[in-house]
Amino acid sequence: MAGASNETARRIAMLRDMARIRAFEREAVAAMRAGEAPGVVHPSIGQEGVAVGVCANLRRADRITSTHRGHGHAIAKGADAGAMMLELHGRAGGCCGGKGGSMHIADFTVGMLGANGVVGAGIPIACGAAQAIRLKQEEAIVACFFGDGAVNRGPFLEGMNWAALYRLPVLFVCEDNGFAAFTRNSAVTAGGGPAVRAEACGVPATVVDGEDVLAVDGAAADLVARIRAGGGPQFLHAKCYRWEGHTGTDAAAYRPAEEAAAARDRDCIGRLRAALEAAGVAATEIAAIEADAEAEMASHRAAAMAAAWPDLGAAFSDVQDSGAPAWPA
Amino acid sequence: MARMTFAEAARRALAEEMRRDPLVWALGEDLVQGGIFGQYRGLAQEFGAERIVSTPISESTIMGAGLGAALCGTRPVVEMRIADFTLCAMDELVSQIAKVRYMFGGQGRAALVVRMPQGMWRNSAAQHSQCLEAWLTHIPGLVVAAPGTPADAAGLLKAAIRSDDPVVLLEPKNLWTAEGEVPDDVAPLPFGVARQAAQGDAATIVTWSACVPVVEQGVRESGIACDVFDLRSLWPWDEGAVVASARRTGRLLVVHEAVTVSGFGAEVLARVVEALGPAGLRAAERLGAPRAPVPFSPPLEDAMRISPARVADAVRRVAAR
Repeated sequence: MAGASNETARRIAMLRDMARIRAFEREAVAAMRAGEAPGVVHPSIGQEGVAVGVCANLRRADRITSTHRGHGHAIAKGADAGAMMLELHGRAGGCCGGKGGSMHIADFTVGMLGANGVVGAGIPIACGAAQAIRLKQEEAIVACFFGDGAVNRGPFLEGMNWAALYRLPVLFVCEDNGFAAFTRNSAVTAGGGPAVRAEACGVPATVVDGEDVLAVDGAAADLVARIRAGGGPQFLHAKCYRWEGHTGTDAAAYRPAEEAAAARDRDCIGRLRAALEAAGVAATEIAAIEADAEAEMASHRAAAMAAAWPDLGAAFSDVQDSGAPAWPA
Repeated sequence: MARMTFAEAARRALAEEMRRDPLVWALGEDLVQGGIFGQYRGLAQEFGAERIVSTPISESTIMGAGLGAALCGTRPVVEMRIADFTLCAMDELVSQIAKVRYMFGGQGRAALVVRMPQGMWRNSAAQHSQCLEAWLTHIPGLVVAAPGTPADAAGLLKAAIRSDDPVVLLEPKNLWTAEGEVPDDVAPLPFGVARQAAQGDAATIVTWSACVPVVEQGVRESGIACDVFDLRSLWPWDEGAVVASARRTGRLLVVHEAVTVSGFGAEVLARVVEALGPAGLRAAERLGAPRAPVPFSPPLEDAMRISPARVADAVRRVAAR
């Protein structure tokens, strides 16, 4: 049946994207721990289903804003993983020329308007992007990813009200991995949570199991369709779990090991793998997809280590046109 | 050439830019009602609610939405109402707008204007009277312009709108109703080019923004012929013109409304000393505010103000050394 095979193909594509994100981040964490990738990375391992389930419903012209944990969003939106790996290594050819690193991953060619080192900062940016889309009469929407920690920042309240007020084409995606950095978010958050806060501002909210990519995909498809039809902003509260610590150096000793282990049993990739096998997709085909993803990212990492450092002039470029800095004497 | 107020010159310039470019739009509080100084009067009627957008009192999102809209190819004019309220949107200005082009390796630009009416405005007290230019000139990525005349208010606003850099436009609250001659066809002004308001060999006087007419009057009252420069933009600023004049006069006075300590006058003086050497000046002085908040009561506020009489005294002091 053509419909079923299309659906299977779509699910295989989502599995491939999730596997690529996981492989990318495993290489990134390993490179960081080996001292090859400078700075820190914030891995989203375990959360891939949210990025992929949402972005499976976006078009190239659609924009996304992201967080400090943004590799998955970028890859799911179609960013060049090789250029991202170069960026994480601070090398020439990185998607930001080596000037942004992991926390500022961006690929404007696919509408990925940037990861952000400030919690919640993408929310106002997404609102303005949607206003520009409307002013230019573009056929596009904006998906705005942020974490559960962001709901305690002022721009969250401002942005929900703003988007609802102007009925902007924005899908707000609260990627709720349970932790605001090292602190369990429920321990520092009063009231009924992200969805209740969004609805208080007039943004309809849907809660979904973020560790089930098919559930995320289904919910996002519905919300995106409403937004494209002019229904105004929508809110998706996707509950998931961050397998790693806040950064690649955080052992996450503040939470019970059993809790983290239980999250691995709910693995979004494992669940889709099982669903595909139940639908008759050969285990060997799935294994090949995962092996290809690992080989691709290992190759990107090796290429990054072999790549040149940026020309030092890059440190002084792209600051501003008027009053640009001069090379030091 | 026509005589008009600072607010009317700025209003007219924005209207002309919005007619020229359909991607120019403005967002901020009370814009449909004309803005609190009348600098948006009538624009909502001409351009509609999609381009003159009255917003909630949500400074972070006014600023941050301006950035998002710039990254998607429009040219927003971001109205902060008064400069003090920018402090509620400092992350969006300093860590987002000023840095996006750089940290994303040139993939996007924040081609937008942030209008910040700043400084003392009769008895507005400590939270509505601040001059923040030194905070802003310190931030790589920002252009900082500070008009002191109606003609420059129009020329710098046009330049700011057309600039591909983010431009902070510091509009002096005290001068909104001040009148001046404005050309019928105002051209965008280049950033970093000072206006020489007076000529003379006794000293080099540097100022900007609300202090421009005060300094011009004070120098006249002193009866001493000086070079007077209205910088018009603070980053970039016209170091060449100031250094050349100071080399000739050997005396430098910088006057600004902001607190003297760590004010932009310190940067001007430092750069002149670096250019001329430690023995290059016979006299150097900064005239600014004491390191105190601005008080409410009229006589107390006046004690903080730069007046023509204080400028004249400073000019005499500097010229006599």
